[in-house]
Amino acid sequence: MDFTYDEEQLALRDAVRGLVGRSYSDFERRRRAVAEEPGFDEKLWTRLAEMGVLGLPFAEKNGGMGAGPVEVGIVAQEIGRVLAPEPFLTSVVLAGGVVAAAGTEEQRSELLEALASGESLLAFAHAEPGTRWSSAASVVVAAGSGEAWTLTGVKEPVPHGARADQLVVSALLESGDTGLFLVAGDADGLTRTGYSTYDGGRAARVAFETTPAVPLGEAGADQGAAVSRALEGARVAAANEAIGAMQFQLDATSDYLKTRKQFGVPLKTFQALTFRAADMYVSLELATSVAVWATMVLASGNPEEVTDAAARAGLQVSRAGRHIGQEAIQLHGGIAMTAEYSVGSYTSHLTALDHLLGDGQFHLSALAAVVGDHDEVDPLP
Amino acid sequence: MQLELSPEDAAFRDEMRTFFTTQVSQDIRDAVAERRELTKEQIVESQQTLNAAGLAVPHWPEEWGGRGWTPLRRHIWHEEMQLACVPPPLAFNASMVGPVIAAFGTREQKERFLPKTANLDIWWSQGFSEPESGSDLASLRTTAVRDGDEFVVNGQKTWTTLGQHGDWIFNLVRTDPEVKKQAGISFLLIDMTTPGVTVRPIELIDGGHEVNEVWFEDVRVPAENLVGELNKGWDYAKFLLGNERVGVAPVGATKRVLAQAKDYARSVSQIPGGGGVTLLDDPLTAARIAELENELLALELTALRVVAHSADGKPHPASSVLKLKGTELQQAVSELVVDLAGPASLASGAGDDSDLAGWARRSTPVYLNLRKASIYGGSNEVQRQIISKTILGL
Repeated sequence: MDFTYDEEQLALRDAVRGLVGRSYSDFERRRRAVAEEPGFDEKLWTRLAEMGVLGLPFAEKNGGMGAGPVEVGIVAQEIGRVLAPEPFLTSVVLAGGVVAAAGTEEQRSELLEALASGESLLAFAHAEPGTRWSSAASVVVAAGSGEAWTLTGVKEPVPHGARADQLVVSALLESGDTGLFLVAGDADGLTRTGYSTYDGGRAARVAFETTPAVPLGEAGADQGAAVSRALEGARVAAANEAIGAMQFQLDATSDYLKTRKQFGVPLKTFQALTFRAADMYVSLELATSVAVWATMVLASGNPEEVTDAAARAGLQVSRAGRHIGQEAIQLHGGIAMTAEYSVGSYTSHLTALDHLLGDGQFHLSALAAVVGDHDEVDPLP
Repeated sequence: MQLELSPEDAAFRDEMRTFFTTQVSQDIRDAVAERRELTKEQIVESQQTLNAAGLAVPHWPEEWGGRGWTPLRRHIWHEEMQLACVPPPLAFNASMVGPVIAAFGTREQKERFLPKTANLDIWWSQGFSEPESGSDLASLRTTAVRDGDEFVVNGQKTWTTLGQHGDWIFNLVRTDPEVKKQAGISFLLIDMTTPGVTVRPIELIDGGHEVNEVWFEDVRVPAENLVGELNKGWDYAKFLLGNERVGVAPVGATKRVLAQAKDYARSVSQIPGGGGVTLLDDPLTAARIAELENELLALELTALRVVAHSADGKPHPASSVLKLKGTELQQAVSELVVDLAGPASLASGAGDDSDLAGWARRSTPVYLNLRKASIYGGSNEVQRQIISKTILGL
């Protein structure tokens, strides 16, 4: 049992911190990046591709680096730390994860290589109006057979759905199962309406009207398990991203309590404030423990254990993210309400992360449903 | 990064599990499982079984029974013990006075006290808190005045847990009233049979007799019973309290009670006549258990991170998290059990001829008793102070 990163992992962290951290060392640069389309820095995206970050989790034969969840977690933490708006989580980990889990060998090579090199941005069109964090599709319906398929229906919100060069789309099959399809950004019958999310991210309404689509993986096959696997991998990465963001908020809050003066003394003079900061630290430590553990469980790869661990990390990080995000604003006071000062934007992004792939209540429901199936939770295999 | 224990540590865990589940008396383990109060004889028997196998004081220096284990192995030892319902070695002996004597005592003191302390042939009590000195321990006023080869001790100690069983008491006493309060304290060992020592029980809200007042009236103590240097007692006390904080998060025991709580919930019908629908089928109850289970997982993993990172046996500053959260969860689980028991929790005074389950009858005394957990060992507010000062630099 070892909770520390090895030298190569530390080198990766330093390299990503050097590149992403430097790019957004000044919060004003992040504000500028999200103010303009496509909502992130395309040059930085290219440099991340050159560094190998965009192909990190994919097999080398598919143009990737063959690294694992621990390395993905390291990158996600660094992104969270500076609130980098680049779509590493939604495009590489999630959409790329779906392709890696469901695609044919040929599709994996083609799509993942293009994603890893920064040539093609992938988006996973999965969420549907009237549903909530399901692994199944029910609104977008697939029709066809063999290689000739069309999709009809609406996906929304689709992260970076307007900018994406290629969409991976989940759809209801005639069998009632969930299939996966590829749709080109310029396909006929495809209408994409992009907008900003409150945290500076990008999402889109994506409407399909008998839009031509190519099956991802075996045509007509149930891909529900592949969707679940990709969602779980993304949940663990999102937990890591949130850890990075919460760490920043705790550091910023501690610094502020030391430097900000009121009534002629620094705020840290007031125990009503320092005790709340101590509680933020407790929340962060506990959430970090579960997130790092879930990352290791994901690396070990037992599907049942991964489902459980991803939900546990999701629950713990959701609770911590709300606590730390809310307290960071309160302990700063009015300044944290402004868009100009970074701390409040972190709370905004933590809120988005919480609702992207399932919030604490959602995970708790899943865990409560099986709470009688075991005596104790033993974290070590 | 690696989740698995090394093969050696996994084998060690199996060895501990086997020992604790086969070598400690079943009646003692049943009493712990059923949350009954242990007798003095049971506590002594259990510790002597551990000590005979070298498992009572593994964290002591090897010369005095220590095992030279890594922090991880000590953690595994402690967790497996709790999971197997084995009462941990008496903290006053194993975690408090033993390490202080081993670190700061004279050769004679070590030979005289350590073997008997490890084997619980001497039952130690703790004489730290006073009526006017709680969290502000250094303000203590019990005095020890040198008179020839003796100290004469006067004053009052309180919250002396299980002092009714005590053979000896380790005391913080004021030996210099003129200097800064921390600089005038010494660490003195007192035989509780000495004339002038009086132990008086304090009745608690759970109805039990667990703690005591200890009075000292002109108690004459041989000067050779001073540990370390005169007026350095505060340093030894800080050393002791640092050790106390590490073992104070009872992760394994709380996990076990939470697992038992699921069985308790299964034994309570939601509908008159049963119909197979139990309290565990109630979504709110299930969610409450699942949330506690997740927080306990987070605590256990944090404990593992802390032991993995603690250098040369010194407590990691994050051990305050373990004390703070560990006691909160211990309390929350005890509160859950009372709620599962419902009206049966009122029957604390019923005897064994009661139709109500034992766990339900004992649930409220346990819950009330555990309110102490966030107060002792450095109150949880003191832990927040440690976190904000030493970790966050506030």
